[in-house]
Amino acid sequence: MAKVSCRKAFTAKLLELARENEKIYAVATDSRGSVTIGKFAEEFPKRFIECGIAEQNAVGVASGLAKDGNNVFVTGPACFLAARAFEQVKVDVAYNKTNVKIIGVSSGVSYGPLGGTHTSLHDYASMRALANMLVLAPSDNVQTEYLTEYLANTDHPTYMRMGRGDVEGVYEPGESFEVGKAKQVCDGMDITIIACGEMVIVAKKAAELLKEQGISARVLDMFTVKPLDEESVIKAAKETKGIITLEEHSIYGGLGEAVTHVVSEYAPAKVKILGFPDEEIKIGNSKELFGHYGLTPENVAAVAGKLLQ
Amino acid sequence: MDLKKIAFDRRLDVLEMVYSKKSGHIGGSMSCMDILTSLYYSVMDIQKIKDHDEDRDRFILSKGHCSEALYTVLADCGFFDKAELETYTRFGTKLAEHPTKGINGIEIATGALGHGLSAAVGMAISLKNRGSAAHVYVLMGDGEQAEGSVWEATMAAAKFGLDNLTMIIDRNRLQISGGTEDVMPLDNLAEKYGAFGCHVVTCNGHDYGELIPALKEGKSKQPTVVIADTIKGYGSSVMENKADWHHNIPTAEEYEQIKADLTKKGMEVS
Ligand SMILES: [Mg+2]
Repeated sequence: MAKVSCRKAFTAKLLELARENEKIYAVATDSRGSVTIGKFAEEFPKRFIECGIAEQNAVGVASGLAKDGNNVFVTGPACFLAARAFEQVKVDVAYNKTNVKIIGVSSGVSYGPLGGTHTSLHDYASMRALANMLVLAPSDNVQTEYLTEYLANTDHPTYMRMGRGDVEGVYEPGESFEVGKAKQVCDGMDITIIACGEMVIVAKKAAELLKEQGISARVLDMFTVKPLDEESVIKAAKETKGIITLEEHSIYGGLGEAVTHVVSEYAPAKVKILGFPDEEIKIGNSKELFGHYGLTPENVAAVAGKLLQ
Repeated sequence: MDLKKIAFDRRLDVLEMVYSKKSGHIGGSMSCMDILTSLYYSVMDIQKIKDHDEDRDRFILSKGHCSEALYTVLADCGFFDKAELETYTRFGTKLAEHPTKGINGIEIATGALGHGLSAAVGMAISLKNRGSAAHVYVLMGDGEQAEGSVWEATMAAAKFGLDNLTMIIDRNRLQISGGTEDVMPLDNLAEKYGAFGCHVVTCNGHDYGELIPALKEGKSKQPTVVIADTIKGYGSSVMENKADWHHNIPTAEEYEQIKADLTKKGMEVS
């Protein structure tokens, strides 16, 4: 399948939607290049609100635009939108329940070579903790297009994060999804791998490796990080012999802890959380960092083998 | 009725709320009351606000800790039943110590300082884009001026030429821990806003003859800033110009004195 970055899939879809819906606004933070939203700016200059390098104001302005009946997408690097502007997200978006979609791009360790200032490995944790927030992490371009269209038709405060690089497709065009429901990428009865965002393709490949070893792994794409599809998690805990979670995020407060919460409360089972450890992350590109921290198909398969022993 | 008299009556309402519920920010509520009275009883078309007309003027209380001042005005103007003031800060109320959403007349919940202006900028951009003649007013504290987001938003207001936006500063020269000039100096506030591209008017924030024209003033393609010189705790010598009265709760004795002072001043102007 084609390799396309989620951010480009998002901006192409948003442009298409903005042509049909004049209530769609895009707010930028000197980020039109990194977000790839230049065409929107050219075609809809009045609905493209460039706030400069001022993320707090950008999110606040978005809330005001939304309060006048608009559907507002604030775009910029996830590291800044989910940290610098966090109080504005908490108050102006979540608490005020405004129709604002925070679109964090180049998330996780996409900017790994830029250092720890540019990582966003805390955003699921912080955004999940805000009442009223929908938290999304698409796994590929097909799902990103679906979610972008979904967000154009809902007024729910949302945080959606996407990586920077091209990602291998998980889905064929036209695949259907349901927000709030895990998408089963492959079925299996021995073990379940629950992943989100661009870790889904890693999980899928791990399942292929496990298949060669005679282990059948269920892969769940938990693109709706919040609200979590508890039913699928409970089902996995009961039907398979263990769960591995996989995310481009700190092992604290993200998908792994969300899954563990549900499992420990409703269906105790073995869970192994894979993500970034609670330490200063090394400098390197995504591929190098995924390799170093064990976020690879090979390591996931090895962890699965151990869990089943 | 005379606006000054209305404002003293509302100050008495604030006193009752703060004293009976033992919560609130009385000093700032007293200093900004004439500004609120000017807007709600004179400058804005409040019928449109009540009707939630899409071309209604917008008011945002960015210094959200003075919610009780706004609640008394909204209740008196008929946005909600005056009896609801009795629930102020009580369990399950809509009327928190900072304006919450879901109250008729509250455009956006505020309380974390430095947020209101950004929201006002967003509203003003949208109103302008759809050709609405509505105006956006936002009231900030002077201590609030230390928030960096205020200046991010001011730059944006100037960039987008928002002549449908008026930023009002309740310049009472005090904040929670003392004088603004000691905590974070602001004295060239008018110059600062001028340098950021705004049209700046300074006025006496307790003189309706100055305040109302200032609130109506505007300049094409520029946001207007009204620096309203006020007195924190205005209306009673118990509170006036005393930093402690940012959020002091009056004792029984102080309550009686403040009540007598406000009543007397109200009678003097009516
Ligand atoms: Mg002050």
